[in-house]
Amino acid sequence: MAKLKDLTHKEDTLGSGHRLCPGCGASIIVNQLGRMSEAPMVVGCATGCLEVATTIYPYTAWNVPFIHSAFENSAATVSGMEAAYEALKSKGKIPADDKRNFVAFGGDGGTYDIGFQSLSGAMERGHNMTYVCYDNGAYMNTGMQRSSATPYGAATSTTPIGTHATAGKEEYRKDLTAVMAAHNIPYVAQASLSNWKDLMRKAEKAFTTPGPAFLNILSPCPRGWRTEPGDSIELSRLAVSTCYWPIFEVDNGEWKVNHRPKNKVPVTEFLKPQGRFKHLFAKGNEKVLAHVQEKIDHDWDQLLWKADFSKDRTAE
Amino acid sequence: MPKTVLKEVKNTPKAQQTAAALTGNSAVAMALKQADPDVVSAYPITPQTTIVEELAAYAARDHLKGKFVNVESEHSAMSSAIGAAAAGARSVTATSSQGLALMWEMLYIAAGLRLPIIMPMANRALSAPINIHGDHSDAMGARDTGWIQLFSEDAQEAYDNTLMSFRVAEHKDVKLPCIVNLDGFIISHAIARLDIMSDDDAGAFIGESSPTYGMLTDDHVETVGAFDGLGGFYFEFKRQQDEALQKAKEVLLDVSNEFAALTGRSYGLFEEYMLEDAETAIVVMSSAGGTTRVAVDKLRAEGKKVGMLKLRMFRPFPADEIAAAIGHCKAVAILDRSHGLAGTGGPMGDEVKAAMYHLDDRPECLNYVYGLGGRDVTVENIESVYSDLDSLDSATNSNTGFRYLNIRD
Repeated sequence: MAKLKDLTHKEDTLGSGHRLCPGCGASIIVNQLGRMSEAPMVVGCATGCLEVATTIYPYTAWNVPFIHSAFENSAATVSGMEAAYEALKSKGKIPADDKRNFVAFGGDGGTYDIGFQSLSGAMERGHNMTYVCYDNGAYMNTGMQRSSATPYGAATSTTPIGTHATAGKEEYRKDLTAVMAAHNIPYVAQASLSNWKDLMRKAEKAFTTPGPAFLNILSPCPRGWRTEPGDSIELSRLAVSTCYWPIFEVDNGEWKVNHRPKNKVPVTEFLKPQGRFKHLFAKGNEKVLAHVQEKIDHDWDQLLWKADFSKDRTAE
Repeated sequence: MPKTVLKEVKNTPKAQQTAAALTGNSAVAMALKQADPDVVSAYPITPQTTIVEELAAYAARDHLKGKFVNVESEHSAMSSAIGAAAAGARSVTATSSQGLALMWEMLYIAAGLRLPIIMPMANRALSAPINIHGDHSDAMGARDTGWIQLFSEDAQEAYDNTLMSFRVAEHKDVKLPCIVNLDGFIISHAIARLDIMSDDDAGAFIGESSPTYGMLTDDHVETVGAFDGLGGFYFEFKRQQDEALQKAKEVLLDVSNEFAALTGRSYGLFEEYMLEDAETAIVVMSSAGGTTRVAVDKLRAEGKKVGMLKLRMFRPFPADEIAAAIGHCKAVAILDRSHGLAGTGGPMGDEVKAAMYHLDDRPECLNYVYGLGGRDVTVENIESVYSDLDSLDSATNSNTGFRYLNIRD
């Protein structure tokens, strides 16, 4: 990996003047990834915050070629671009030694839910592209409606606290990173802005791995999480240290956990600063809080088991 | 107003042509291959499937140099086609019925982004009830998506329309996608005799692709599909888009003229068959045009002054040209191979009638819905329509409503 000092001199992928909120993870993710893209990036983006806030006609914040076509098809759109690139190269219309990184972005709504089929198809077809999900845990662009990435217990505008529903969302979040690993693609990773070096290494790995790669990156959303803009990175750190958002990778089928907290922080530390979980701390919801912890412990154990199994198998 | 039909072509055909026996789908697949597309994004659906299969076979044998992308749905087929076209590739796909319906959202985006994607469509009824046979419900559901739509009477016209569609769609004044319609099974699966051009001649006629954007080839960085908020330019974009669509009429005529000089086969916006002195006429599209022509010949032999207008270009709709071609008739029947389900009959009926509203002396009109779900239309059925027109009483005809042709009671 290049030196941080050198990377700071690299032009931002997303220029200043875009209208994403202060403390939003998406723009930081784009620029961190852009720094690791040695070849020029070509970007496609699903409808959502990242798209609407960066391309307000006749302006654009993107310093790389960018396309938006619709909500559920960022992966399919970029797959078509990548196919075009290969075709134009083979016909001599683009020089044979030309190099590009094709990157598709989507929020969790555009990735876990409505864009899931398109993503699955593009990954299965083996396009040389990287799909990046900036997961903020709900449909934040339209005002915080639940998605299948919304954590258990979160209050959203479509899982509001009611008389009988006192826990907010009553379903577990989809483990999309594991689902993508089940596609048997060369590289899948989950990352967090707090562990920036790990994130940048994963970006570099995704870009340089031939074939499809998938990155799932936690993207704090002060508006939706009901948090302070200045707390976004600290919340990312708590997400990792509580094992709510473990950082790991599946490299050619081998599971590796990239950070194992020495002392796992109780999940309440991650939940407490967030307005979307405030109700969980009200009297009567103690069981719900305990259940959230149990589920995180269970998932963490399962992840460690997968990593240890991979390790044993490699050792043999 | 552009001329509606072409002048007689006296040039000797210049293109090298061979007679072939092909299904409509094979003819279309061959035309697509001859256009040397950079990217084919395709998903199979009856009755389009053999187009996709044959393109895959061409690609497997290196007769097609572009990339073949086996997508997982029609929504992704159109999305991938959009990505490829925006990246600077000549981009094609094909579909039918439910496949088009699944693409619906993306049809508007392909047209709005001004991407000249070519999409043959083997027309099929829309569910429910599920029915795989030919009618125009699919095409009519997409009639105002901003795509150019051409209809083909037989395999020859489907082949010719496919070749010509690239020239029209990619023209600098147009830059819009185009659907080439051919009736499911009736044309798509029936083997017909047709003349095909050599790959070289077809390739030379179509020429190098001229993409709308050069996202991968231009030096400057482009943002495609930007967000246009309140106070933005959406309204102006749509006006420009409609102006471009209207220009497709003249471009189609120019391209058809060139094609006629090359092949000896001439096409206009529509075919005027025995219309000049016709007292009654039928307006129809696609394979039923052949059936109608036989009925016209038969009735003409009996001394009846009947004619036919067979529409080739449905979008943009050549309203003024149609009015000029049939306005002199006493009575006109408009045959719709789809049910409008608006309570007023078929969409063609509505549009043809509206096209003649400004005429001082309008023909009496009847609108028929026929052939749904692949129901046959016979020469006798068509004769019965001319007979209805003959006996039409202008004092009692309401010019509203519609009738069914060949429906069971």
